[in-house]
Amino acid sequence: MVLSAEDKTNVKAVWDKAGGNIGAFGGEALDRMFLGFPTTKTYFSHFDLTPGSKDIQAQGKKVADALTLAVNHLDDLPGALSKLSDLHAHNLRVDPVNFKFLSHSLLVTLSSHLGNDFSPSYHASLDKFLSSVSTVLTSKYR
Amino acid sequence: MVHLTDAEKGLVNGLWGKINVDEVGGETLGRLLVVYPWTQRFFDSFGNLSSAAAIMDNPKVKAHGKKVLNSFSDGLKHLDDLKGTFAQLSELHCDKLHVDPENFRLLGNVLVVVLGHHLRAEFTPQAQAAFQKVVAGVANALAHKYH
Repeated sequence: MVLSAEDKTNVKAVWDKAGGNIGAFGGEALDRMFLGFPTTKTYFSHFDLTPGSKDIQAQGKKVADALTLAVNHLDDLPGALSKLSDLHAHNLRVDPVNFKFLSHSLLVTLSSHLGNDFSPSYHASLDKFLSSVSTVLTSKYR
Repeated sequence: MVHLTDAEKGLVNGLWGKINVDEVGGETLGRLLVVYPWTQRFFDSFGNLSSAAAIMDNPKVKAHGKKVLNSFSDGLKHLDDLKGTFAQLSELHCDKLHVDPENFRLLGNVLVVVLGHHLRAEFTPQAQAAFQKVVAGVANALAHKYH
C-alpha cells in the first residue's frame, strides 16, 4: 500500500486541524482502546488504567509525538520510525492485531473532534497512513 | 450472545434514538466503499463509484445503506438473541451474496466512526465500548450460519 500525494496532503491537513490538541487526542484514543478492546490492557499492567489517568495521558502524548514525526516524514516512514520499529520488535513485542485497535480508536477520536473536517476522503487517507505506520512498526518482528 | 450492562444498554439505546438511522446508514455504507475500496466488489450494479463524492452522493448506496442500518436497528431490539434475529440474513449472506464475514467487522467499525462523527463529545469512550460490543455481536451473528 502506497500513500498517494493526495493522501499525504490530507494527513497533513488533519494534523494541522488537530493542532495543539494532538497530545490529548492520543490520550483519548488510548482511553477508547482500553475500554473498547480490553485485551489491549494486558500490555499495560504497570499503568494506572483508570480512564484519563496521568499514565495514559503521558503515553498518549508519546504516541501522538511519534505520529507527528511520521507525518513530518511521509516520504520515508521506515527511516523515520526505524528506532520505534526496533523497540516494538525486540522489546515490546505487541501482537500485530493491537495496532488495528489503536488505529481505529484514533480514527474515532479524530472523527468525534473534527466533525465536518473529517470527510470520507480524509478518513480514507488517515486509515491508510495509520495502517502504513502499523506495518512499519511490525516490520522487524520476524 | 452480547453481554451489555444495564448502563451500556441505556447508552446504546439513548444514543441510537438521537441519530437519523437512514442518513447514518447511507453515510456508513458510503464511507465503507471509500475507505476500503475492495468492498465495492459487491456493488457492481450500483453505477458511479468512481470517486469519494460520487460514492457518497450515489442514490443506490444511500438506499442500500438505509436498508442495512434499519436491519441493524432491529438487532438492537433483540440484543439477547442476535444469532436468532440474524439467522436468515446470515444464510443469505453466505449462500447467495457470498460476502466474507470480515466485511461485517469492517462495516461495524465504520459505523462506530460515523457515530463519533455525528454524536461528537456525546460519543464517549464508554459509549464507544458499548457499541463495539454490539457491532461485534452483530458481525458474529451474521457469520454464524456460514459453512
